[in-house]
Amino acid sequence: MSDVTLSVQNLSKSFRIAHQRGGLRGYRTLHDELVTLPRRLINRLRGNGRSTSETFWALKNVSFDVKRGEVLGIIGSNGAGKSTLLKILNRITEPTIGGVDIYGRVGALLEVGTGFHPELTGRENIFLNGAILGMTRAEIKRKFDEIVAFAEVERFLDTPVKRYSSGMYVRLAFAVAAHLDPEILLIDEVLAVGDAEFQKKCLAKMEDVAANEGRTVIFVSHNMDAVCHLCSRCILLRQGEVAKSGDAAEVVATYLGGEQDQAPVIDFPPVDSEASFQFAGLHNPKGQATTSFSTSEPVLLKCLFKVRRQIEGLQFSFAVLNFKHERLFYSTVSMGDPPISVETPGEHHLAALIPGRLLLPGRYSITLALHTPKTKLYDIRRQAFSFRIVATVADRYDGFSGDELGHVHADVKWQRIQNVSATHRETAMV
Amino acid sequence: MVAGAESPGSSVVAQPSAARPTLRIRPTKGWAALNLRELWSYRDLLWILVERNIKVIYKQTALGIAWVALQPLIAAIILAVIAGRVAKLPSDGAPHLLFIFCGLTVWNYFSQTAQRSSTSLVNNAQLVSKVYFPRMLIPLSHTFSTLVDFAVTLIMLFVFMAIYHVPPTLRLLAIPGFLFLTAITATGVALWFSALSVKYRDTNYALPLFLQIWMWASAIIYPTSMIESPRWQSLFALNPVVGFVEGFRWCVLGKSALNPTMFWITVGMSILALLTGAFFFRRVERDFADII
Repeated sequence: MSDVTLSVQNLSKSFRIAHQRGGLRGYRTLHDELVTLPRRLINRLRGNGRSTSETFWALKNVSFDVKRGEVLGIIGSNGAGKSTLLKILNRITEPTIGGVDIYGRVGALLEVGTGFHPELTGRENIFLNGAILGMTRAEIKRKFDEIVAFAEVERFLDTPVKRYSSGMYVRLAFAVAAHLDPEILLIDEVLAVGDAEFQKKCLAKMEDVAANEGRTVIFVSHNMDAVCHLCSRCILLRQGEVAKSGDAAEVVATYLGGEQDQAPVIDFPPVDSEASFQFAGLHNPKGQATTSFSTSEPVLLKCLFKVRRQIEGLQFSFAVLNFKHERLFYSTVSMGDPPISVETPGEHHLAALIPGRLLLPGRYSITLALHTPKTKLYDIRRQAFSFRIVATVADRYDGFSGDELGHVHADVKWQRIQNVSATHRETAMV
Repeated sequence: MVAGAESPGSSVVAQPSAARPTLRIRPTKGWAALNLRELWSYRDLLWILVERNIKVIYKQTALGIAWVALQPLIAAIILAVIAGRVAKLPSDGAPHLLFIFCGLTVWNYFSQTAQRSSTSLVNNAQLVSKVYFPRMLIPLSHTFSTLVDFAVTLIMLFVFMAIYHVPPTLRLLAIPGFLFLTAITATGVALWFSALSVKYRDTNYALPLFLQIWMWASAIIYPTSMIESPRWQSLFALNPVVGFVEGFRWCVLGKSALNPTMFWITVGMSILALLTGAFFFRRVERDFADII
């Protein structure tokens, strides 16, 4: 616990939401102020001056510590307070209650290209942006070539950035920020822009910054893959409060798992389609509806759907996804043994059995679809269910959380053999 | 947790190594200190902002820097015709055009600084709401970048002196002093208005009107000597721009109503403008990011 580099204590931030007559403007006008002055004075004298506004708490009693070299992820749905938190850490706005102690220089990348001026050239903007982010002119000069090389904009250095493509713009902006030398780096949603290759480059750079240079990174993102990949620890904010904090994969799983267990059976609202789902449920071998299974238990998916006319080649299929919403496997009725046809009109009752000892402990979800492959999608229910595979004592996963292990329970045969080198020699001779 | 408490023991809890935090973020209440040291540590950013202001104004303009010369020239000619030919105002014996141009040199610098910086925070809303740096740098950068325009007008003033055969004297060396006073007053006014415009957007409509009234009250087309009673003159000097204008006339023409009383009133008012502007700005800047 010695190396705390940032300590947040009971941090709260409130905003006053004014219920004003003037509509949606955030600001007031001098005119309004002067016109309403007498009334407000009277109100204040009577002691009910606050009746026209309401306090909204964007952050409530948030406390956490970050250690040197740690990469902390902050996740949560929109409006959970992530950006407000970063803004306070970055001193853009002040807390209402509580405080933060920071041991080291803070640099922030809250939005790509902040402070870029469209009329100025790439070269001029590197200096402007660098200075805004807190670098001295000498520092920028020293890193100038490195920044230009990273951004890959050598040929356009003397072109105004308003003529840059959006990709070049983002690359240049990230390059400047990535070459900042703060001990604590705050990053907000940077990777939402840019092409896949550049995103990869940014992620690699961030990993490098944290691992090799021992800097602390606080990373706010909706990209759960990046959070899992980069962050050692993660905080989930919900309505301004810390809902969960701990191992990144676990917190991400909680967040993506809808934060609470969903119902194991679903009645789907009818949709206007020639084939549509009506009901689906997850059941354990005892026939009970549940979303929690042990590693050895098979998962029984039952489904009812209606087909309104003959549809050639109609398939009922499902896919199992991991907590990052990546597909693990897919199965459809025609892959059955024997294959099942669902082309005829009417109600179809089907069951699919996902065998036990297939999935490792962790959180998974199921997407259901009715479609004719590559031609038409009749009904799709993305992540209709989420379920959990729970480790039992007999599984001996030795304290790993499931999501770190992988997803598939391979039926690996382990045995002790006599002499590795001898066996190897024998096979080589054969 | 007591907000803003600076108890020496509190940091020990989180930090066994007992290092002092390099930064403590706490809610501030009431009046804040000016924090000049931080302002100084950001001087590189100030210069880069100044550079940006200058470059941006003259990029993609056909006449470029010529606008700077053209604008006061035309204004001076019009005012000289009105004052000299139409209204027949006195000019302390100096040629009308030169007399008025002296005043305009000061006034243009003053009003442009106030005008450009009053919209500067709102124009840079994206910066203010996304990055931390002392917000004062944004209006302050205009105090410096407008000096380019001032330099151009000053050169024109010297040209007018040559045209009217007004010999240069050692008094010209006092120009930087008066310029300095003008700059700090303009900065004070700029801080007031830039901070107000974040909160009240109609500040930007009020300011040109306000500046127009101020200009006519600043002895630009008429001499202060028109006011005969010394007591009224001192009262008139509460408007510091009068002091600057008369100061410039003293430097250039050698004749002016400027006297020691008036001078010290001007100095006092300049400092007052700067200090009240700076403290007001610090007081309201903490809410900028939330309301801009």
